[in-house]
Formats: sequence, C-alpha cells, structure tokens
Amino acid sequence: MSGKELEDIKQSYIEDRKAEARQGMVNVVVHMGTCGISAGARDVLDALVTELGKLDLANIRLKTTGCAGLCSMEPMITIEPPDHSPVRYGNLNAKKAVEVFYSHALGGRIKTEYAISAGFERPQKRLAGE
Amino acid sequence: MISTVTKIAYCSDTQCKYRKDIDVQKLLINALDLLGLSEKIALVETECLISCLDGPSIMFLPGGRVYQVSTTENFTEILRDLITAAEHSTSFNYNISAKNTKIPHITDIDFFGRQELIVLRNRGHIDAESIEEYIAHDGYQALYKALAAMSPEEVIEEIKKSGLRGRGGAGFPTGRKWEEARKYTDSPKYVICNGDEGDPGAFMDRSIMESDPHAVLEGMIICGHATGSNQGYIYVRAEYPLAIQMLQNAIDTARDRGLLGRNIMGSGFDFDIKIYPGAGAFVCGESTALMYSIEGRRGMPRVKPPRSTESGLWGKPTCLNNVETFANVARIIINGSDWFKSIGTENSTGTKVFSLTGAVKNVGLVEVPMGTNLQTILFDIGGGIRGNGTFKAVQLGGPSGGCLTNEHLTIPVTFDSLQKEGAMMGSGGIVVMDDTNCMVDVARFFTQFCVDESCGKCVPCRTGLKVMLEILEKIIIGEGEPSDIEKLEFLANHVAKTAHCGLGQAAPNPVLSTLRYFRHEYEAHIYEKRCPALVCTNLIRFEVDEDKCKRCGVCARVCPANAITWAKGGIPVIDKEKCIKCKSCIRACKFRAIF
Repeated sequence: MSGKELEDIKQSYIEDRKAEARQGMVNVVVHMGTCGISAGARDVLDALVTELGKLDLANIRLKTTGCAGLCSMEPMITIEPPDHSPVRYGNLNAKKAVEVFYSHALGGRIKTEYAISAGFERPQKRLAGE
Repeated sequence: MISTVTKIAYCSDTQCKYRKDIDVQKLLINALDLLGLSEKIALVETECLISCLDGPSIMFLPGGRVYQVSTTENFTEILRDLITAAEHSTSFNYNISAKNTKIPHITDIDFFGRQELIVLRNRGHIDAESIEEYIAHDGYQALYKALAAMSPEEVIEEIKKSGLRGRGGAGFPTGRKWEEARKYTDSPKYVICNGDEGDPGAFMDRSIMESDPHAVLEGMIICGHATGSNQGYIYVRAEYPLAIQMLQNAIDTARDRGLLGRNIMGSGFDFDIKIYPGAGAFVCGESTALMYSIEGRRGMPRVKPPRSTESGLWGKPTCLNNVETFANVARIIINGSDWFKSIGTENSTGTKVFSLTGAVKNVGLVEVPMGTNLQTILFDIGGGIRGNGTFKAVQLGGPSGGCLTNEHLTIPVTFDSLQKEGAMMGSGGIVVMDDTNCMVDVARFFTQFCVDESCGKCVPCRTGLKVMLEILEKIIIGEGEPSDIEKLEFLANHVAKTAHCGLGQAAPNPVLSTLRYFRHEYEAHIYEKRCPALVCTNLIRFEVDEDKCKRCGVCARVCPANAITWAKGGIPVIDKEKCIKCKSCIRACKFRAIF
C-alpha cells in the first residue's frame, strides 16, 4: 500500500457512494455496539434482514456500526437516504424498526414518533481544511 | 402493459387484516389478475406501512410509493393508474423533507451538540468491519505521513508538543513515555495497548475498540515507528468479545492491505499486532501486572523502577498506552500539535471521553474538551437526574476515584483539578448518584469490589481493605459503633499510604471521599440507626410518616406480601410480621412517606 493507493481507495469509495446515491440507495444503519445488542439491536437487525429477504430490493443497504453514543436510547437505527440528511431513530424494538424501515427507507416518510434527530453529528470542529 | 413494478407490499397488521369492508389481499389478487400482471408483480405481506386510518396501505416496489386503499370501487382502474404513476416516478416520493419536519437537528440536541469529537469522530457512522470506510474517512493518512515524511524523533516531538497525556487515568505525558522507550536500545521492543477496562461504570475503551478499531491500530503502528518497536500487543479483557472480534478483523484486513506486517507502505518498517485476551482480573489493568499476564505469569504488580519503558514485557523496553491515548495519535499527526493544543486547557490538552451512567437521563458516551465542568457534562449533556430524584454525588474514576458533590460542579475537569478535590479522572467512568443512593452503601460496594480484585501481594491491600469492608458492613446492618468512623479513617489513610500498587493506594478513595462529604450519613447510620437514603434494609423501620403521607394507597397496591392495609382516605398500616422488607412500597411512594 502506498500513499497513492490510500488516496485511490478513498476516492473510489466516495465515487461509489455518490453513484449509489444517484441511483437512490438508502443506507439502513443498525448501531450494534455491545450496548445496542444488549438492548435488542440483534432482534432489530434480524427483523430487518427478514423484511429485506421478502422484498429483494437493490436500493437498500443494511449496514452495522458501533455504538452511536446515546446508550440509553438503544436500540437505534439511522436511515441515510440519498437526497436528504440522515435521520436517527431511538428506543426501538423489532416491530418499531420495521415500521421505520417501511415508512422512511421505502416510503420516504420520516417516522416522527420515533425520530430523535436529523443530520450528521458534527465532526471535529477544527479539522484541518474545514 | 409492461411493468417495472415488481412487488406490491400491503399492510397485514391486525387492524387492516381483519377489516370487514376492505380485504386488501383479495382486492389486489383480483385486480392484478384482471390487469394480467399476476405473473409479473408479486404480493408481499408487511408490517404497518403508515398509520392506516383511511384504509390498508399498499406500497409499490421498487420506489416505495404508498397508497391508502379507502374504497373498493374501481380498484382495478386505480391500481392500473398507480402502477403507471409508480413507473414514472424515478426516485423516492418523499412527502416530507427532513427540513420541514419538527425533528431537531442533531447538533441542536444538547447531548450530541455540546460534544467535541476527536476520538469518537466516526461513531455510529462507519462500519467497523470495513477498512475502506475507515480509509475513506482519512484513515491511515497519519500513518502514511509519519512513515513517509517524519523521522521517529519528529513524531515524538509532535506528540510531546501536543501535550497529550495518558488517558488511562494517571495522565503521564505520552510523548515523554515514547521518548523514554526510544532511548533504550535493547531489542526487541514492544508496544502494548491497554484495553483492560475494569472500572465499574466505564465503557469508553470498549466502545472505541468496537466502533473504530483501526484508529487504535493506526496509533499503535505510529507508536511502533516512533519507539523503534516491531511488535504490538492489545490486551483486551475477555468480557469484551465484540471488541476482540472487531480488533481481530481490523488486524487481519490491515495485514491484507499491507498496513501491518513487513515493509509497511514501502517504508521498510515492520510491525505486527497480536491480541491478548485478559482473563478478567481488575489488577491486570495495572501496567506491570498486565505484562506479567501476557508472559503467562500470575498478574501481580511489581516494584518500580525500573519503568516498563526500560524493562517491561519479557524484560524488554515496552511502551504501554491506553486505548483512548492511541486513538488520539493519528489525529495529532494529521492536524498537528498546535491544533490539538487549541482544544482543552493548558496542562490538559485535547478532549476526554467519559462514560456517563447511573441516575442520569442520558446514559452514554460523552467526549468533551478537557476543562469542561461537571455541570455541563451532567446537566446539559446528561440531561440531569432521571425521574424525580435530586442530584447527590458523582463518582469519578471507578473504585479508585472519589465522589464529588454539588459544590464541585463548576470545577473544570482536568487531570490536576480533580486530584486537588480528592477524586481522579481515572479512565473516565462517571457514575451519577441521586438521593436514593446511600453513600455508606456506595463505599461498601466499591470496597467490596477492591477486596474481590486485590491480588493479595501486599498486606495493606489484602487485609486492610478486608477489615475496612467488615466495618462498613457492620455499619450497614446497624451495628456500627461510635469509634468506627475513626477506625475507618485511620485504616483508609494507612492503606492509601502503604499499599504497593495503584489499586491498593486508590482503593480507600471511595471511603475517604464519602467520609469527607457525607460524614453525616455515616453518623446517621451509627448514632441514629437510620439510613437517610432508605437503602440499608436493616435500618428502615417500615413505618408511615403521617405528615408526609398523602393517603393514596399506592404502597398497599404494590406490596407483594399483602402486608399493608389501607382504606380509602386513610393512613396505610404496615404489618411488620408479614413485611418481607422488599422495599417495593418505598420505591412506589413518591412522597417518601415510608421510613
């Protein structure tokens, strides 16, 4: 791996995401830290996998990350649609997560009852170049 | 009719499924049949799609257009139009855009908005198992910079200038430690990452390892380059299986990409990392005990000097840092020491990750600049006390730390300021306590923990703590004597002065700090045989205070032993024969009328 390869991986990753966004890719992110799993994130993930299995859609990506920070509101999922900022949902269970999935990820209607916040968490305030 | 709609999902929630007027399944089957689309469009049962007030909803896939079936009339024609319309809509049919909803922006929520993220910058955002995502978020750029453009001395100088101090609790300047380790020429040298996070209530390191493992690896490889080491170990407690899994995956993928192993990024520098799962002893978080543990020996601290940087793992120079310390390194290399110094205070630079837990509303991970006060952390970010309790104290730094009270809320949290108040930053666990926590019981809990975890090497810790615990237990069951407080204080001071390692020296902190700020609670237990927080069962009378009682009878309803008799409008009476002292009534009574 050279510095150029590093930059290539980064650029191609960014390009891929942009191309996906143009095709309408929606990321459904389940936060699967230990805190999330102990609150039921595994059930949430399983339920979403089941629903996706039924639908066989090309424009939904199920993704897992670690703890999103607010452990007392786990299980949380974040819907990242291609055309507006991500929405984070909390205090879910399998049933509620499936509701969010249909309503927001497929139907494009934010499920306001369970939504905590919209937008990206501010990255470092004073990052170089920002 | 050619169709790109491949599926129609329909709501099969109980409410819709058993509607008498509209049988959506039958309607769809009929209509598709009439349109000749039964073969092309599959039907899928789903959960509720939207609130089905006007009728069952159906969704056209792909695309996700939703329609509510409110009438059975002309359904076939409507369906045909809908399918055509769904085909012409290229993208999503968003009824509301995120801008127009009432959902607050994440930065407007105090919990998220008041934090400043360096170590946790990728939290909840990147897939820990994908090295590409880490790289796309500027991952391994710092390693490249350090290997290609900086000599080991320059890396050390940068870290020194940044003022980064060890995040494990002691706050030793990281740059100085690296410099020490570089100085010794013996080989091989080792880099160790301490992920043996043992404090009750601390979970920062776990979360970092789980959600951003590559950041830890990158810091370690840079440390290897700076100190002249070719082998790293990550010591993770076995209670963190997910962290171990994520780290192992990160190590494997980094090795596949040539970021670990021989000749990293063509620089000629070799470095590899192994995970060593700890067996769950608290004392193995102490650096020398940790190294003994890796060597396969019993985990016990040894006498220092020599420092580990001179003679550590297998007697070789070893540079040991905490998970969070390593996770800071890449950012410092990329953004420079001046940037890092601009955050935090003069002697405590950068940010600190705290795990906020206990009687606080928002439990979670908090990263704030050093010097932020407890008021901000507990009340702005933490959202204050959960339920209707009032703030009483906060335990910082786990069993080695101390408690702080209301009067300390405005102190800026830095390494030095906390030490002055008898607490310590520790690794960053913050346990919040409200008025339902008995401080004697809290002291007993932490002392019990240290007794269990004492390695037994030195007498003060092995025996002294045990005697302290016996006194505390005596006080809690109501057999405390007037001399006990002095005895406790004497012992605690002695253990703190004479114990061999950090565990023993800090173990009396909970007792000493609760004695300092909550002596009256000890006195109430001993002289009045009363537990003000109503925690110590033996010291509760289980009687009703007639002045405080609002005669609501909730206590009688929750009593599982039927020991409380209550007539409407009257004062409940507790039958002490039947009472099993489960405290259900005390928890249920909002007016704290049972004592």
